[in-house]
Amino acid sequence: MDSVKLKVSYAPFVRTKDSIESVMYNVALALAPATVMSIYLFGMPALLVTVICIVSCIGFEWLMDTIRKKPASCLDGSAFVTGLLLALNVPSNLPIWMLVVGSFIAIAAAKHVFGGLGHNIFNPALVARVFLLVSFPAAMTSWPVPFSIDMQTAASPLGILKTDGVEAAMKSLDLMNGFYGTMNGSMGETSALALLAGAAWLFYKRYITIYIPFTMLGSVLLFSAIFHMIDPSAYAPPLFHLVTGGLILGAFFMATDMVTSPLSIRGQVIFGLGCGLLTAVIRLWGGYPEGVSFAILIMNGFVPLIDNWDLNERKAIHQKKSEKK
Amino acid sequence: MKTFNTGGIHPPESKFTGNSAIEVMPLPAELAIPMNQHLGKPAKPIVKLNDEVKKGQLIGEADGFISANVHASTSGKIKAIKSHPHPGGQYAMTIFITPDGKDEWAEGLDTVAADWKRFSKDEILKKIKDAGIVGMGGAGFPTNVKLSPPPDKKIDTIILNGAECEPFLTADHRLMVESAEQVVIGMEIMASLLPAPVKLAIGVESNKPDAIAALEKFAAPKQIEVVSLKTKYPQGAEKQLINAITGRKVAEGELPFDKGCIVQNIGTAAAVFDAVCRNRPLIERVLTVSGMEITQRKNISARIGTGFKDIIAFCGSMSDKTNQVISGGPMMGKAIFSLDVPVVKTTSGILFINNRSLDKSRERTCIRCGRCVEVCPQGLAPWLLANTAQLKQFDEIQLIGLANCTECGSCTYVCPSGRELVHWIKYAKALVSSRQKRKSA
Repeated sequence: MDSVKLKVSYAPFVRTKDSIESVMYNVALALAPATVMSIYLFGMPALLVTVICIVSCIGFEWLMDTIRKKPASCLDGSAFVTGLLLALNVPSNLPIWMLVVGSFIAIAAAKHVFGGLGHNIFNPALVARVFLLVSFPAAMTSWPVPFSIDMQTAASPLGILKTDGVEAAMKSLDLMNGFYGTMNGSMGETSALALLAGAAWLFYKRYITIYIPFTMLGSVLLFSAIFHMIDPSAYAPPLFHLVTGGLILGAFFMATDMVTSPLSIRGQVIFGLGCGLLTAVIRLWGGYPEGVSFAILIMNGFVPLIDNWDLNERKAIHQKKSEKK
Repeated sequence: MKTFNTGGIHPPESKFTGNSAIEVMPLPAELAIPMNQHLGKPAKPIVKLNDEVKKGQLIGEADGFISANVHASTSGKIKAIKSHPHPGGQYAMTIFITPDGKDEWAEGLDTVAADWKRFSKDEILKKIKDAGIVGMGGAGFPTNVKLSPPPDKKIDTIILNGAECEPFLTADHRLMVESAEQVVIGMEIMASLLPAPVKLAIGVESNKPDAIAALEKFAAPKQIEVVSLKTKYPQGAEKQLINAITGRKVAEGELPFDKGCIVQNIGTAAAVFDAVCRNRPLIERVLTVSGMEITQRKNISARIGTGFKDIIAFCGSMSDKTNQVISGGPMMGKAIFSLDVPVVKTTSGILFINNRSLDKSRERTCIRCGRCVEVCPQGLAPWLLANTAQLKQFDEIQLIGLANCTECGSCTYVCPSGRELVHWIKYAKALVSSRQKRKSA
């Protein structure tokens, strides 16, 4: 008994087993079905892209921690998830050096510039994707055809919609193929089925709430349905918008990123609505065929404002109470 | 099943001792009885060195309105009156008694159980005050003060708190099972002190069906409702219990009085019975000795002033892996700094644990997951309070509900980044109150 040294620490003395690592690796686990699906569809190049993105993201994370003299955070899972998300957001035939540049942008320019994990305003993987898209538009929009051996490429359904109109786009795609994922597109965004399976896991683990994804999907559906009803020959049906492009990946995995989304339910609803409307607006009238990344990044910029609104509300409630007394 | 409507967590219950009967601990070789075992001013010692005292004799007198009497837990000789470690984490004036082994009651105490209805309200209140009864759940608010609400507050409900939502602890549980009748009578006595008839309810978490059954037997004929509550932490926090049972919400800055409620602990009710019917002052209490690092986990009835070391000896031994000993429950208890501390009126349990995360733990950055907001039973934003506290913005922090925090620790429990959220909030509270004191002085 005398050998025992008592230590004093803060209550509570029992803590959850959850940690940053468990949160991040569960997100990675939730992305596993989509990753496996993309390797199945696009073959070994997809695996290579995934590995390169993850390894280079973790590498840059380590480099930035070293430069900033911070405790090493490269294995806390956040860089892993960023790398994985970036991989799922690019075509599988993207040159390796572009992937490395993208990873650098994600980790250094989008994350560590703001202060590292928890402090970034914009989703790092999306910043990298948009950077690659505007820098290398040709490489970023020549999509490999699933199951092709010679890396045959073609436009994505959304690209066809933008250039050739609704009829051609609808002909290019059977909606059920869009759901299962056998269509042209970025590695991870083609299979709605695999993405939804992963999202179900995140809901089960309570790492994401229903508010952001459902308001985002709902507003895209509603907005595109209204215009489809007004002029079916100029605007594609809502289900086409639902299964194509990165909408499902974005709604469940990118917009819900804890660091870059609002904390309150009300804030999340507004955030989701904004993401959905901007996505639809860009898709229907924008210069780019796809708008999910831009929409989420723009709404990311509003998050501090939305959070501040909640903060002011708390203060107002307090003030009202103290006035009553 | 009733519960409070905002937040809450489900930590592992770890109630190993739920079925172990209360064991009476033998008298130790020395008792150390601190003068501050309650909220408010410490009692004034009224004995001198080498005085002979009898069991139950007054040795510390309440000093002022919010204070409580302290009694000798056994007969013997006053060995010392000096400053000594206290389980609250500080040093406190403590009276040491060397027992003479006779364990003789002082005159007029420990009488045959009498019918409390013979006594007038003033007599009952005086007996409770004289017996030094304080809230035994942890806060230690003098019970006689709590039972004399200001006349402009209309009380319509008395709630007995048998939730015992802290993991590990089973002291109230055993007391409800073994002394259900005394608990129910103690509650009736407290209710009789109020000017108007009130609704009586006992809230018990549903993980204690035997306690609910035992209480029902005595409560049902007396129109006392035994409410089965959902097992969720912090079900037994005063504000949450009121919300669960009456649906009322005690807002920031309000006391249970303001919502017509008085909440009392199970142990307090039993102590009131002992004081009023049997003339026994508060000199012993039931507590749980548990945790993974003690060989025999037990519920024991120990004299106030029994040293933790004596309790360890009574419960086998403490393993070498122990690195923390906690007075109270694991959620809101305090890690003690020395094994020399004694059991006081508010010690509901002693836990011996090996906290592995202690050495490697560090606060990491907030990833804005929102779990703390989700679980906060008071509807606050703990991450924001902690951030504001870290920035030392003590005017700002009062505007976002600092005073509304009940320090239950749910936010810290769930935080994946291991932030000491509730600690930062307590820190801000302490600094804000000291600043206000300085301003008013």
